[in-house]
Amino acid sequence: MSSRETILQRLRNRTGGELTVPECDFSVLVRDDWSIKERIERFEKMIESVHGEVHHCTEDMWMDRLAEVLNTRGARNLLIPKQHEIGRALRDAGRDDLPELLIYDEPIESWQAHLFNEVDASITSTRGGIAETGSLILWPNDDEPRLMSLVPPVHIAVLRASELYTTFHEAMQAQNWAAGMPTNALLISGPSKTADIEQTLAYGVHGPKELIVLMIE
Amino acid sequence: MSETAEHTGHHIDVKQFHPRAQAAIHNPKIRKNFRSAMDGLMSKRKTAFEGWDLETLRDLGANVRLRALANLPDLLEQLEKKLTENGIKVHWAVDGDEACRIVRDICKARDAKTVIKGKSMVSEEMELNHYLEEQGIEALESDLGEYIVQLADETPSHIIMPAIHKNTGEISQLLHDKTGTDLSNDVEYLTASARLQLREKFMNADVGVSGVNFAVAETGTLCLVENEGNGRMTTTVPKCHIAVTGIEKVVPSMEDVSALLALLTRSATGQHITTYFNMISGPRKAEELDGPEEVHLVLVDNGRSSIYQDDELLDTLRCIRCGACMNHCPVYTRVGGHAYGTTYPGPIGKILMPHLIGLDEGRHLPSASSLCGACGEVCPVKIPIPDLLVRLRQESVDGDKLHPAKVRGHGAKRSSMEAMIWKGWAWMHASPGIYRFGTGAASKFRVLQPSKAGAWTDYRTAPKLAAKTLHQRMKERGQ
Repeated sequence: MSSRETILQRLRNRTGGELTVPECDFSVLVRDDWSIKERIERFEKMIESVHGEVHHCTEDMWMDRLAEVLNTRGARNLLIPKQHEIGRALRDAGRDDLPELLIYDEPIESWQAHLFNEVDASITSTRGGIAETGSLILWPNDDEPRLMSLVPPVHIAVLRASELYTTFHEAMQAQNWAAGMPTNALLISGPSKTADIEQTLAYGVHGPKELIVLMIE
Repeated sequence: MSETAEHTGHHIDVKQFHPRAQAAIHNPKIRKNFRSAMDGLMSKRKTAFEGWDLETLRDLGANVRLRALANLPDLLEQLEKKLTENGIKVHWAVDGDEACRIVRDICKARDAKTVIKGKSMVSEEMELNHYLEEQGIEALESDLGEYIVQLADETPSHIIMPAIHKNTGEISQLLHDKTGTDLSNDVEYLTASARLQLREKFMNADVGVSGVNFAVAETGTLCLVENEGNGRMTTTVPKCHIAVTGIEKVVPSMEDVSALLALLTRSATGQHITTYFNMISGPRKAEELDGPEEVHLVLVDNGRSSIYQDDELLDTLRCIRCGACMNHCPVYTRVGGHAYGTTYPGPIGKILMPHLIGLDEGRHLPSASSLCGACGEVCPVKIPIPDLLVRLRQESVDGDKLHPAKVRGHGAKRSSMEAMIWKGWAWMHASPGIYRFGTGAASKFRVLQPSKAGAWTDYRTAPKLAAKTLHQRMKERGQ
């Protein structure tokens, strides 16, 4: 008998009594509908409490703010999506106050060392945010691959305030995650951190040292 | 255990709990490191749940886990089906040894020489690192705490914060000795050095091994909770990702995950959420530019299906490994994680390990508790830990040969002297005449009562017998 059958058979033929299936009432997770203003405030408070940064922007000036952010950090380059409107807009803008724009359009194998050692910052879109915990929802794909939000020391994420959900529970229902998940989905709530050395917080242990949210209102 | 011991020269003798606990209690450094860490964790947890109806949330957590356990075999089959559809290969292992062999075979098939690991307590349970080393495969931990513990050739002393027993000075010395970094008390510097060393390893590792916090049957999704990003690195950069998990980690849907996640991070470290919540539902697709080409899930039983047989012990399997029980445990806080000598220390270890290693090996574990009940009060999924400790104490001294033993090593702690004393005690209390005679005699000759009673009176005054028994006094009052 295979290990699979051995395990399943032991579980099915358990010696104890019939197990009752309890009702699960998820209403405790539901928060009163927060206004958009409350959601923005809460999101900002939560993500800032874990060392994230929020910049309030409009459709017209987010690129100015981005340039500022990158210049103060002395970023030599910025990894951008190829297809997404964020990437297109940046390329089309032809601005001279932005650093060199890089595109992730080759399999990682062909440029891994470059990504790990030379890329200073990246910008990605988001599929919304979660106010209660100050989290960004990302579904990496071929246009914005998984490592884009992980390897460069600065990760900049564009979040539309209109796509802020109150809770994780609400977000997954609204976006119908039960119907199917992508190969990789993420909640990102702040820059990479550790407290493994005597409970002292240190940022950027493996992933980005900084997480900057451009919130478009 | 004999089977699992085949590749573990490393084993600590669990039976030596008392000498280790004694040594830890007299070690001020251990006392201080744990005391300050646990105090911090307790207060952070409390703050994190402010504004929540915590009792209702814990009820939901308990029900979500119980519902999953009630359908465990069906859910495992559903999970396997869905993961397979998604392109993830599922393996089953009855014990740690088989799980190790499965990991080795996947590595060998890819001609893998190096494995980078994200944090996984199940892999600690399997003692995977030592096994792989014996097979000529380098296994390197990438969680900073695990990395430190591995450099020191130790085991984790806490399931969430593996290196909590060490202070900055000790870690600095260790990193200096083993990796050549400068001696420094600057945590930023030490962390940055580890980042550099490990980035190199991530790029070159052939296989990534991780644990799983929740496996979702409905969508075929493996969820990982972490702060550092090493878990994402481990599951994204190497071409092959192997996840290992206990069979009890499966839940029906993402909705269940939303409830458990709300409880897990707040209970563990007082965080509203961790930096990364990583949900993996398949290997890299043809058009994708990164991610592993192969993803495997190893479902490990290792004693869990035995726990599943008993209606009461089954509650052990609700655990979501937050560590709140150890953070709040007065015994754990004083003796630290290593005194237990087990993969899982603290209250959860005391109710889980006897199943994994047998009550003969783990005979002292259920007794290493004052039964104060703090663990049960903070458990996010309401495991009645104190009740289970009492049950395991019974199992460890039970002499009932007629009923099949529920826990391996059943009766290991039974002493015929103790059994006889309790038999006498029961007989006396069931016979009114003998009882009156016995208690009367004890009162009468109470001056003969010794003022010392072994270890009990080392820190306490011995109670004095009253001049008259309760029965006599009631009689005098005419009642």
